[in-house]
Amino acid sequence: MKELNKLDRRSFLKTSALAGGGLMLSFSWIAESKAAKTMQNVAADWNELTGYIKITSDNIIKILCPNPEFGQNVMTSLPMMVAEELGVDWDKVVVEMGPHDNVKLGPQFTGGSNSIRMYWKPLREAGATARQMLRQAAAETWSVPIDEITTKSGVIKHSSGKSATYGEMANKAATLTMPKGLQLKAPKDFDIVSTSQKNVEGKKIVTGKPLFGIDYQVDGMLIAMIQHPPAFGMKLQSFDAAQALKMPGIKDVFSFKLYDTDFVQGGFDTRSFNEMIAVVGNSTWEVMNARKRIKAKWEPTGDMIEVMSGRGGNTEVTVPGRLESTENQMAMMAEKAKAPAKEQRKDGDPETAFKNAATVIERTYNAPFLAHNTMEPMNFFAHVQEDKALVVGPVQAPGWMEPTLGKILNLPADKIEIQMTRMGGGFGRRAYGQYVFEAARISQKMKAPIKLIYSREDDMTYGIYRPMYTATYRAALDANKNLIGFHVKGGGIPESPIHANRFPAGAVDNYLAESWEIPSNVTIGAFRAPRSNFNAAAEQSFLDEVAEAMGKDPIEMRLELLKRAKENPVGKNNDYDADRYAGVLELVREKSGWGKAENQKYNRGVAAYFCHNSYAAHVVDMIDRDGSPYVERVTSAMDCGIVINPDAAANMVEGAVVDGIGNAFYGSMTFKEGQADHNNFNSYRLIRHNEAPKQINVHFVKSEADPTGLGEPPFPPVFGAVANALYKTTGKRFYNQPFDSSDQPTNI
Amino acid sequence: MSKYNIKINGTTKVVDVDPTTPMLWVLRDHLNMPGTKYGCGIAMCGACTVHLNGMAMRSCQLPVSAVGSQEITTIEGLSEDAAHPVQKAWLEHDVAQCGYCQSGQIMSAVALLKNNPNPNDEDIEAAMSGNICRCGTYLRIKEAIKTAAKN
Ligand code: FES
Ligand code: FES
Repeated sequence: MKELNKLDRRSFLKTSALAGGGLMLSFSWIAESKAAKTMQNVAADWNELTGYIKITSDNIIKILCPNPEFGQNVMTSLPMMVAEELGVDWDKVVVEMGPHDNVKLGPQFTGGSNSIRMYWKPLREAGATARQMLRQAAAETWSVPIDEITTKSGVIKHSSGKSATYGEMANKAATLTMPKGLQLKAPKDFDIVSTSQKNVEGKKIVTGKPLFGIDYQVDGMLIAMIQHPPAFGMKLQSFDAAQALKMPGIKDVFSFKLYDTDFVQGGFDTRSFNEMIAVVGNSTWEVMNARKRIKAKWEPTGDMIEVMSGRGGNTEVTVPGRLESTENQMAMMAEKAKAPAKEQRKDGDPETAFKNAATVIERTYNAPFLAHNTMEPMNFFAHVQEDKALVVGPVQAPGWMEPTLGKILNLPADKIEIQMTRMGGGFGRRAYGQYVFEAARISQKMKAPIKLIYSREDDMTYGIYRPMYTATYRAALDANKNLIGFHVKGGGIPESPIHANRFPAGAVDNYLAESWEIPSNVTIGAFRAPRSNFNAAAEQSFLDEVAEAMGKDPIEMRLELLKRAKENPVGKNNDYDADRYAGVLELVREKSGWGKAENQKYNRGVAAYFCHNSYAAHVVDMIDRDGSPYVERVTSAMDCGIVINPDAAANMVEGAVVDGIGNAFYGSMTFKEGQADHNNFNSYRLIRHNEAPKQINVHFVKSEADPTGLGEPPFPPVFGAVANALYKTTGKRFYNQPFDSSDQPTNI
Repeated sequence: MSKYNIKINGTTKVVDVDPTTPMLWVLRDHLNMPGTKYGCGIAMCGACTVHLNGMAMRSCQLPVSAVGSQEITTIEGLSEDAAHPVQKAWLEHDVAQCGYCQSGQIMSAVALLKNNPNPNDEDIEAAMSGNICRCGTYLRIKEAIKTAAKN
């Protein structure tokens, strides 16, 4: 309680300092609801009941969403969990994006499909705690035992007939000690959770309200853009800004360094370049035009040493200075794949199994770098002053940015305010704070509020890409076509994709997983289901080929392996629940009418995968449309435990399916001499309306297991299912992504 | 710099900008109307779609000097409170994920329905394929357009 009061004061001071600092808060974070209108007329006498709930004496009930929103709908689904236990009607609740405050609002990290999972308990507890405090306040006010007090739809009642709104008791409740160890509702008693509720910001989105970081504005704000080196492996030598400075509306052009030489990088401090040129002016168009007038000279960086912090202390990493081209990268990978690799897991005696095999199937799969291409390009607002800093914008993990901002600005954490806007997509890209730090550096130099904007070209050419991967899979079959050995050896630039303990580990007696990697100066990072997005593609199309060689139905073959993994698992640490894995396969088999005559007009591909704590299976129905393969229909089965908001969950899965089809067919970033080959949507192809399926039928396994996320899990197996349907459509196996490339090896 | 009187959403606005400035940036930077979004700047994504005399137009390709007396409508001009049938349909189908592309999608859809009040799948695909949705909400967009057509 004491701790809480201290925090209250801190957050109050933060807010009032901001309001007094002449910064116009051009956003109203209050989501649309019936109560929202009333809000404008009330004095803010918020009574805080836990960090997540605020109630005025006029009975306006506000729930703070702790995690930033990038389309996964957490701003609706997380507050629903609070409201469930608080015992209020959903349409009477006001939802607001919370401030950045990791002490009061938890980890506040959007990524890893973790929002729902990590907040499931704390948010329901917050709701239950507040409800209990309100009941306690009523019990004390009415001098009756608390057990006699019930609540319904935000009204507190006593058997004598006395009643009060939550608002009427909120002031007193806020002074009480927070109870602990409260009983939470059983799933069968849920009123809000597991009902479909509309996006709380839907109305603002369709009316074009300023929700996104790129929309943020304050009086006196300048616009900044960056000129970065043209290629990975190049750095700034010198530049002449004379002409750019003469352009109308331009305030300054200067070079700046992101990190000082002794900077120790954390995992999310990834930066593509350290020294860049900033152009700052009054408006975006003026800055864009002036930037073209900069005459810059670039030179090779040579090998660079970076100091990375890690669990075992700091390590020095050498980043090679070579200018990489996709062709050489492919050649380097092919070479490295032949060399001995690091053993990640070994069960039984794979060497002997392969030696004794009647048939060995060996296939190699390749996938390119991918750019995130969020629709809203990277951008951030920063106002850095002598003794404090305010930064506002789209960011997945403010708690990871704060320490780095502190280091580069030399400010303590409590002098740094990070506000989270709605994000126009993330897909992992906004977990890396490069653009936040750049904005801060530029504002610091300008001594003014600035908004840094990446053009689409900037966004695509100095990305933090999905790595390039390759993996060779081998299967050993005995004379009876039983799978007796399985071997995967995978690597990438600059990391390996291998998850050694995932299926089919645990289901095959003799198993070997090995990995290797090749360092690179091309910056990489998390991309929707990191590593899994490649593994599922490769492994699930390999299993399809193995099933064919075994003469088995691909679903049946997987189910048999899963049965083995359940009844008599091989090895330890198998990283999946065989029952739940089989569950999504069975559900997708049933719902897709697998093997049914009426579906014969489709070329069908199936795949399933488990990652980020949820299970997914898809059946992709492909046709030949005017000579090109086209995915017309998809059936999806998901197991993410309890589904919080079913319609929104279905939307997520539909989106992941479309994204998966798009990236499987078209996604690719290639390089020439360190320079990205694609810089906009005219050459980097994204899936469009006419290429999306006509139907995506999403089904959820009925479950009372604690809920898990959906942002990532449905995405990876789409690639495999598409590859398998392509085989049925064209008679050819597709090993190299993107699948629309004609560069497909002919096996056998 | 030159002065322009531009008709936007039924009112005339005065801006003093470089003649080459695309309407996208005039709206966003000079008129504080950020509903129209920047996605690519080269007519490839549709995020910046507005109406010019009722026709869908990529505002990133429309220099302020070319507007003249033509009438511009932006997402802010459809309705204040999501009362337009297309906006309503979007809410009914809860289309948005991140939401960033949706004002462009809605403006393209409104223009489509003006010309073709009863579009079939192919009409919708033809009219909407210039609008990218990175989150992949295409199916719901299609459904919402059909719902709006009915109303
Ligand atoms: S910003 Fe105009 S079409 Fe993309
Ligand atoms: S909803 Fe995110 S880009 Fe369309």
